[in-house]
This record gives sequence, C-alpha cells and structure tokens, in this order.
Amino acid sequence: MGNLYSGAEIVFKSLEDQKVEYIFGYPGGAVLPIYDELKNHPTIKHILVRHEQGAGHAAEGYARSSGKPGVVLVTSGPGATNVVTALTDAYMDSVPLVCISGQVPTHLIGTDAFQECDTTGITRPCTKHNWLVKDINDLPRIMHEAFEVATTGRPGPVLVDIPKDVQFAKAKYFKPKKEKKLNGKTLNKFDQKAIDQLIELMKKASKPVFYTGGGVINSGPKASELLRELVALTGFPITSTLQGLGAYPGDDNQFLGMLGMHGTYEANNAMHDCDLLINIGARFDDRITGKIDEFSPKSKKVHIDIDPSSINKIVKVDLSIVGDVAEVISATSKTLKKKNLNLEKSNKQKISKWWKQIQKWRTKQSLNFINSDTIIKPQHAVQRLYELTKNQDTYITTEVGQHQMWAAQHYKFNKPNRWMTSGGLGTMGYGLPAAVGVQVAHPKKLVVDIAGEASVLMTIQEMSTAVQYNLPIKIFILNNQYMGMVRQWQELLHEKNYSESYSSALPDFVKLAEAYGCIGIRAKSPNELDKKIEEMINVDKPVIFDCLVDQEENCFPMIPSGKPHNKMLLGPRDQEESKITGKGKALV
Amino acid sequence: MVKSRSAYSTPSKVGKLDTHIFVVWVDNEAGVLARVVGLFSGRGYNIESLAVAEIDHKKNLSRVTIVTTGTPQVIEQITLQLKKLVPVHKVANFKREDKKVIFKEMALLKVVGNSAKIKKVLNACKKYNPVILDKTNKSVVIQITALRREIDSVIKNLKPLGLVSASRTGAVAMTRGAEIFN
Repeated sequence: MGNLYSGAEIVFKSLEDQKVEYIFGYPGGAVLPIYDELKNHPTIKHILVRHEQGAGHAAEGYARSSGKPGVVLVTSGPGATNVVTALTDAYMDSVPLVCISGQVPTHLIGTDAFQECDTTGITRPCTKHNWLVKDINDLPRIMHEAFEVATTGRPGPVLVDIPKDVQFAKAKYFKPKKEKKLNGKTLNKFDQKAIDQLIELMKKASKPVFYTGGGVINSGPKASELLRELVALTGFPITSTLQGLGAYPGDDNQFLGMLGMHGTYEANNAMHDCDLLINIGARFDDRITGKIDEFSPKSKKVHIDIDPSSINKIVKVDLSIVGDVAEVISATSKTLKKKNLNLEKSNKQKISKWWKQIQKWRTKQSLNFINSDTIIKPQHAVQRLYELTKNQDTYITTEVGQHQMWAAQHYKFNKPNRWMTSGGLGTMGYGLPAAVGVQVAHPKKLVVDIAGEASVLMTIQEMSTAVQYNLPIKIFILNNQYMGMVRQWQELLHEKNYSESYSSALPDFVKLAEAYGCIGIRAKSPNELDKKIEEMINVDKPVIFDCLVDQEENCFPMIPSGKPHNKMLLGPRDQEESKITGKGKALV
Repeated sequence: MVKSRSAYSTPSKVGKLDTHIFVVWVDNEAGVLARVVGLFSGRGYNIESLAVAEIDHKKNLSRVTIVTTGTPQVIEQITLQLKKLVPVHKVANFKREDKKVIFKEMALLKVVGNSAKIKKVLNACKKYNPVILDKTNKSVVIQITALRREIDSVIKNLKPLGLVSASRTGAVAMTRGAEIFN
C-alpha cells in the first residue's frame, strides 16, 4: 500500500489484473512511456501490426474467436484516426474492444500540437464510451471501468485517451472492484411471466421459426448449447443471420441456412410466411428484413435481446424479453420441460404441415450453381475448402463482398466463435488482420481468410505481421479481378456499366507472398484445386492462395431491391423475369 | 407513397409528431453534454431547446432538460439510447400537454424607447411577472418567466414597442405535488 506508480505502470497493472495476454498496437511519440514499460510485463505480449486499422481488426478477430476483450494500443493523431474504422466496425458488430490511445501532454491539448487530434471527440459516436484521462488519480478507475463497459450488456468498443504527461505522472493503483455497478446499468432481469407468454405463443404456433443472431455467440458457448437444446425440444425450424452462423450446426436438418439478402429460399420464405417469429439476439438489420412494411406480415414477433434499445427500434414486436440470451433460453427450456412435457410431440404434429412446406421450398436448392470443369466457380472453391477442412477445427474470417456471401452460404459452421466477418459496417480489409488476431488466440488451429482480391489489398500489409509472429494464416483469395459485389449491382441496376469496379493492375499474388516471406499458391483450374488446397493446409507458414475464379459469377439467391422475402432472385435462369428498375436504383 | 424498390427500406408512414420534454440526470463531467446532444444529432433528431446546469455539487450531478419532437417510436428510442449512456443516471420524459408537470422558460427582453413606451411594455407583459433588472431614461431590461408560446407572443407584441434584443433559456420542468421522479 501507498506505492506510487507511473501512468504507464498503472496501464499495465490494470491490463494484468484484467487478465490481458495480448495487445495489438503500433508505437508513436505520445505512447512512448507505455511502450517503455512493456518490457517489465512478460505476461503481456505485444503484437506489432503494420497499420493501426490492422491492430483494431486483429483485436476484433482475437475477441470474437476467444470471447475475451481485444486490446489495442495506438499513438495520438494519425494512430487514433487510423483505428476509427475498426472501432466503428466493432461498434456495429458488438465486439468488445479496449483501445488505449496516447495523447499530447495536457497543457498542449487544444493547441494543434504535433500529432494532436480530438480523439475522444472523433471516437465518441463509434464507441460505447470513451475517456480522456486528465488526472492520473482517475486512471486505475477508468481502466477497470473501460473493461467493464466493453464486456457487459451489449459488448462494444471503448477508448481511453491518455495524455503523455499523465503516463509519466504517479499515483496509487487499486485493483478492480468486484460487482461494480455502472449507474445501475447492470443486466436487465427478465420476468418469468414473459417466458410463460413466450411458451403460450409457442404452443399456439403452427408455423414457427427461430431467427437467431450474433447475440447468441456473444452470450458465450453455453448459449449455443442451450439454443441447440431448445431447438431440439421444440422441433421448430431455425435460421440465422450472418453473424449468428455457428451458434447452431450448419448441417443440421432443422437449420434452414442463413436468411436475408443472400439467404436461402427456404429461410426467407419461412420468415415471410411464419405465424411466430422468435428473434434471439438479432437486430432486424435492413439486410435481413428487406422491405420493412412487407416483412413477415402474418407473424407474432418475439424479440429476445440484452439491449433494451434494440427492442422496437425497427420492427414492432408483440413480446420482448430483455436479458442475456443464454439465461432466457435456459429459462425457456426449463419451463418447457417442467410444464409441457409432451409439447414436443404435440407440436411436431401441429407443425408437420409447416415442415412439409419448408421441404417444398428446399427442393428449389437455392444455393445451387452451374459448375464448370474448365473454370473454377467461386462457390465450388468454397465448397471444396469446406470439404477439405471440415475434419479439423477451422476458423474462418472474410473480407466483404461476394466471396463473403459465398463463404456464408457454402461453408457450414458447427461451433460458435469460428466465423469472423464484418457484417454491420461491411469493412473491406477486415479479414486478413482479423485472421492475424484469431491465429494469435488459437496458435495451433487452422485459420483461413476467405478473401476477395480487392478487399485483401486494403490491409495486405498485415502479411508482414503474420510472418513476424509465425502466424500461419491462410489467405484464400477468390480472385475475379472485379470488386465482385459492386460489379453485380452494376450489372443488375446500372445496365452493366462497370464503372471503376475492375482492377486492371493487380499484383502477382504469388510473388507478393514470396516478397513478404510466405508461401504463394495459385490455382487456375478445377482439377488442380483440391491438390492445391491441401498443399495450403499442410504448410505451416502464412499462405496467400490466389484462386482464379469465374469473373462473371454472381451471388445468388438474392432479394432484389425493394422486394419482400418471398420474391427472391434464384439464379441465372430466374433473372430475366424480375428486373430492378426505377427509383430503387437510387436507394441501393 | 412511392413503392420501394430498394434494398434499404424506405421510410414508412411518419406517425404523429409530439413534443416531448426529456429530463436527464447526468454526471457533471467534460463531454457529457456532447454525448447527450450527439445522440440526437447523430440520429437526425432535432432539439428545440436545451437547459443544463449542475444541481448537486456534492454528487456532481447536472440536470439536462431537452425539448424535442418525434413520433412515439422515436421518443422511445431516444429514451432508451439516453439510458445507455454511461454518465446518465436517469431519464424522465413528459409530453408537453402533461398536466402533472410544470414547464417554465425565462426570457430577458431589452426595450429601447421613451418612458411612455416603456410603460406600455410593462403593461403588455404584466401577466408574466415582469421584473425590471435595469432601467435608464430610454431603455429597460425586463425578465419574464412563462411558457414558450407565451414568451413567443410577448416578443411578438413588444416588437412594435421597441424590443431590440431577446435572450431566452430553454425550458425547465418539474412535476407537481409531492412525488419526485425515480
């Protein structure tokens, strides 16, 4: 007691007490005292990235695959502004991040000092909360509060901005208090009555569907187990959002596949025609709902979410249960078992017609594509990757675009925390640094970034990070030389005017890999694909895999602009009939 | 309404707009007002008036009173979003028509004119407890406290009588009776 520590020491002491093992960062003038202190704390390993955005996404990948908060350390000014994209990404997708940024000394704040920017001002709308530490005595409290805010309720990013003089100043340190209450913002306790109401609705339903999202993943692995139990108990069909994939086994018969703009025919039709929609930890995102006034018109809607402000934000619901997903599901299953031991059977009878209808939709095989034996179809490439990696515990990250949707459609996830993708913000360049973070958290596991050649070039510099720390990430590029999703929209909406969506001077990815000191592999035809993928998996080094795919392929099925769920475009053959015209173009 | 052909939802029918008064208890710390106001501006919600001051020095608490208009859905969303902010302790929200709540605004009005005109001016705002804060032989500064629309009308009436400057606070609110909002 009574020992005085410098601000930099306090930062590390609190990181140790928060059980932080890795920080992702980049040094600079305003954080030098913290970097100086790094050597004294061997339990904390620093991963040096090549760009602060990479640090943010790597921390996201780390957090999403491990369930622990990701920690980022950047300098003032450009260091902080570079991390803004990653913070916004984490905010949209509810990823717990603690970002520590250096700031110019207190007396220089507001003077346009070198590398000064209003970091807390800039990051205010893209964090759950942020702090500018002006008094060293506040630092221990703020550091602990930062972790508390980031990880509780709906998780998200926070930022602590520490001026350089505060890093040098000395103060007492204290450990985190247990069970701290943040203005009473602790978990919302739900009512058993609401659970009973939910069960009443379930009993009455003849066309029910579960619609689950990232909240199930965020609630922890236990939530996924409980979800599986509940789905089995009820016999209801289940669909998932992009972020929720893996919470329920992708190859299970009750799983309808992903829903939404590029979701399956059966999932979207089930959403449209159902009479009971149970949303668990999803947020009625506009890529999910499509046209809002025609969204699931005939259903009673239930929304289970930890965030009270998510309820009735977009879709008005009939029953809302605010609480942690795992607890709500567990209470529901318990009550089901206690009250209605034979609900399972009676329900099955009642909903058998619904299942028949779903089977009919399934026969459309909406994920089908016309394969080729001369050119690699991107969907085929993802399918082969899945088949060749499904026997080991594989972690997949993606960039943003067509390849992301193909990955979501054709790669089947069986466990939570195995799928890291930028959904809300749609950040191109997310996947490679995220893979770095995932591999840091799981050094022995196979980590693959399913990428597009355009996206991956946005953060390609992080290959250097992967090489430095021997992180054998696999960058699996579906290379069609186009910004594929942009090209697809231009084809459908802008009379094939492919304005600026073609990259005519791409690097040679094999040589690029070699330049970075990793392995480059190229696959040009379907008959060599398997062999090459196996080669990639078996290398214990970072790999850039340049998979040359069909340039013209589009991502189907899709809900075209302004159409409700039951009016999907199914594939090349279906396209001619439903063209998008008029005002919708402006609104996409 | 134009049929939507977009992947983004088009606005559905805008519901009835109501004027609401939010009362927000916050920690009095740097940036807290920016957080509260940013939440409105970031969502495109308009603020009609704003009053903020520390009310408890010991507990370091400030009370923010915000007048805004919105559909019931927007108002609910604002309430829930405000509650999520870390420095926010509690949030109350009243309709302007709410009979259980007192709303008041204050205005300082400067009138330039001869004594006859000034007499007329004082007469015109007699109903709103005018307090003379400053008087010279050709000007007067008056303080009145009243409702927004009352001040609106006073200002309108005083313009021809030589009103040269008006300064107004935002509304503040308090519930009637012995109960306090929790």
